[in-house]
Amino acid sequence: MTLGEVSLKVNGQDHGLSLERERSLLAVIRTELGLTGTKYGCGEGECGSCTVLLDGEPVRSCQVPVGDVGTREVTTVEGLAKNGVLNPVQQAFADLGAFQCGFCTPGMVVRATALLQNNPQPSEVEIRQALEGNLCRCCGYVGILGAVRRASELAAEGRRDRS
Amino acid sequence: MTLARPARPWDRTPVADREYFDILGPGLVAVLPPRKPEETAASGWQPPTGGAWIHVGSDGRIRAFTGKAEVGQGTRTALQIVVADELRVPHDRVEVVMADTDVCPWDMGTFGSRSMPDASRALGTVAAGARETLVSLAAARLGTPGVELEAVEGDVRSRDGRGRVEYQDLVRDQNRVATVAPDASRSPRARPVSLGRPAAADSAAADVVTGRRAFVSDLRRPGMLHGTVLHPPTYGAHLTALDLSSVHDRPGVTVVREGDFVGLAASSPPEARAAMAEVRATWQEVPQPGEREIESHLRTHPLEGDAWDQDQKILGDAEAALARSQVTMQATYRTAYVAHVPLETHCALAEWDGPRVTVWIGTQTPFRTREAVAAGLKIPVEDVRVVVPPTGSGFGGKHGGELATAAARLARATERPVRVAFNREEEFRYAYFRPMSVIDVRAGGDRDGRLAAWVFHNVNGGSAALLPPYRVPNQRVDNELSRSPLPQGSYRALAATTNNFARETAIDEFAHLTGVDPFALRLMNLDDDRLVAVLRRAVEKSGWSGRIRSSGKGHGLAVGLEKNSRVATIAEVSVDAQRRVRVDRLVTAFEAGAIVNPPNLRSQVEGAVVMGLGGALFEAVRFAAGVVQNARLSQYRVPRFSDLPKVEVELMDRPDLPPSGAGETPMIAVAPAIGNAIFDATGCRLRTLPLVPSGRVPETEVP
Repeated sequence: MTLGEVSLKVNGQDHGLSLERERSLLAVIRTELGLTGTKYGCGEGECGSCTVLLDGEPVRSCQVPVGDVGTREVTTVEGLAKNGVLNPVQQAFADLGAFQCGFCTPGMVVRATALLQNNPQPSEVEIRQALEGNLCRCCGYVGILGAVRRASELAAEGRRDRS
Repeated sequence: MTLARPARPWDRTPVADREYFDILGPGLVAVLPPRKPEETAASGWQPPTGGAWIHVGSDGRIRAFTGKAEVGQGTRTALQIVVADELRVPHDRVEVVMADTDVCPWDMGTFGSRSMPDASRALGTVAAGARETLVSLAAARLGTPGVELEAVEGDVRSRDGRGRVEYQDLVRDQNRVATVAPDASRSPRARPVSLGRPAAADSAAADVVTGRRAFVSDLRRPGMLHGTVLHPPTYGAHLTALDLSSVHDRPGVTVVREGDFVGLAASSPPEARAAMAEVRATWQEVPQPGEREIESHLRTHPLEGDAWDQDQKILGDAEAALARSQVTMQATYRTAYVAHVPLETHCALAEWDGPRVTVWIGTQTPFRTREAVAAGLKIPVEDVRVVVPPTGSGFGGKHGGELATAAARLARATERPVRVAFNREEEFRYAYFRPMSVIDVRAGGDRDGRLAAWVFHNVNGGSAALLPPYRVPNQRVDNELSRSPLPQGSYRALAATTNNFARETAIDEFAHLTGVDPFALRLMNLDDDRLVAVLRRAVEKSGWSGRIRSSGKGHGLAVGLEKNSRVATIAEVSVDAQRRVRVDRLVTAFEAGAIVNPPNLRSQVEGAVVMGLGGALFEAVRFAAGVVQNARLSQYRVPRFSDLPKVEVELMDRPDLPPSGAGETPMIAVAPAIGNAIFDATGCRLRTLPLVPSGRVPETEVP
């Protein structure tokens, strides 16, 4: 591994780091930036616990070498709430208690946020397809499905209020 | 927040010497002693929980202490409700401090669905005692007899409305300890439970959805190093030689060898793993059975000596009754080794302060872990503090403290905090599994479906739910444990799942032979009103109308009784032309006594059902020559969204009964219900878990 200079924009903040460009984005986010909301679950892109957004697109950060991020802006679960206001997905998960241990929740929330940005009123099938790569071991997915539906309603109410 | 450290763990300190008020501030502490105070942690046998205590502070804070661990089951919120209801305060006034061995009551461990039966009773009782003390303090303050006072919303008020004083005023600037009698009178459920409405929101929900909740693996300490442990290449291998010369030259690497333990610490996880790869270890390997030989291995290698998990029942003469029976069945059932796959892998972080060490670890047995660390490092138990931070699930897979001992050793050698975390592959290889089991069943009865004989023998599965809930006059039921070549241990509802799978499949086979509807046959033979009630509810909810026997669709039914909780599950499956199985719908009726927190109970049942679905359909540890062959999430399949059927849960509340365990029992009827439904759809009887590892029903019946 060779050291290189890497510039990263994470949750609106610029970081200049000197590190191995092959290291995973997940390791850099958690270890170098101290943003531990993004979780390690499997290290092979199977569980979705490490999901972050790159320019709004969901990726498994354990599978992305940090040197490949380039100029794309990284959004982690810590960057979803604006000025302390939860986004509709976070609000719905919190209101409905759609978790037990909560370890998968950041990945679920980030992935569902990306879904609703592209598809504000997804069908149940579309929600299931979007979250297929995110594992939850505790709550049997039923509550998560309900929370994403509720988030879609909350987002629609928010749009109506603004218009 | 970890509380300041007392001079000695409070569970090992006489009540009068505990620094409750130095650490928690002035106020009232109510203490419920262990049920048998003479049997303390220093002597062998112990009651399952070492009492409870509650602090009512002059600052208005109320903290309740239990040795149980929260690893995602929602126990914290349920106990918060129990304490708040007894103390007549809003739920969010109560903070529950759990699984910190320096400040919490001793506890055997968080397993066996004991959190609600044990901890809710202990904390409910001590909270009731605290309330009585507050009322008597108010009686003295107000000059009013206690009987004319009542506790309401954090005040003690006189019933005529003239006097009123807040709890914190009653305890202001006091250092008062009240001992609560174990029979302190609990009140009837203070607030009616409304099914479907949250009794209390998880106050930490905002932390969870924003990523602020710090799990064990998120903890960092200044100067922290990363450790890793040397593991044998195959199960049972012994270390015969070790060459550390290449590692000693690596800067920043510290190696520790103590007995069988070999570990090292370095500045980062990749550094540590790279250094470990340089260690030259020579192993003496021993032959290990493969999947082909495992059944005969288990049958011929009984565990001798420490056979703690055994049960048996002999009633009447089962052999004679079988010989007389008009209808008999005989079959052998098998269940595979299964992995827990907690989403957060095992992790521990240790830090020394002089002669004393603190270990933060995701474990279900913090007190047992404390003792293991003390024994491993040869230091007094009093010098070890084990704290369980938020933990990313357990399911019975996080007992014990191997990593706690490893982290403590490495931290002692380096004089720095050390964190040791399994990666996913290590989690699969070096944790432990739900045991494989083999179960031989013979049953007999008359043509009307009445059971007369029941012979049931479980090899290596364990004894939970071994005995049938059916009225059978002649029984011979027992189990034995084996020397397992793979590491095995606790698992959510482990033996109950395997025993119930064999039993409920056998009952279905017997019903089929008699031609009696499986629902009617169970009603005819069941001996438990509560179990009949959940069965009727599930049948009603699902619209069960007997077997459908239409090509490609099937219905199956199963019941279960375990940990004093009752469950009935009805499965609906489809099998397509390629014989691929899809579970379409699972209806589960569940009763566990009085419901404390309905939304969490519902979530527990849903989660248990879907976890049960994984073990029923496809989860299995593959192994050969002492090595796990599928030690990755891409190779070991667990349920995903695409596997999710329509999951319907019917909760039955019994406010007249104490709450019993709810995390385990809801999963035990899932596998037999699905297997019975596959038989209904195809005529193929599957007797091994997982039922369809390839996703398809075999063309021919599996013997």
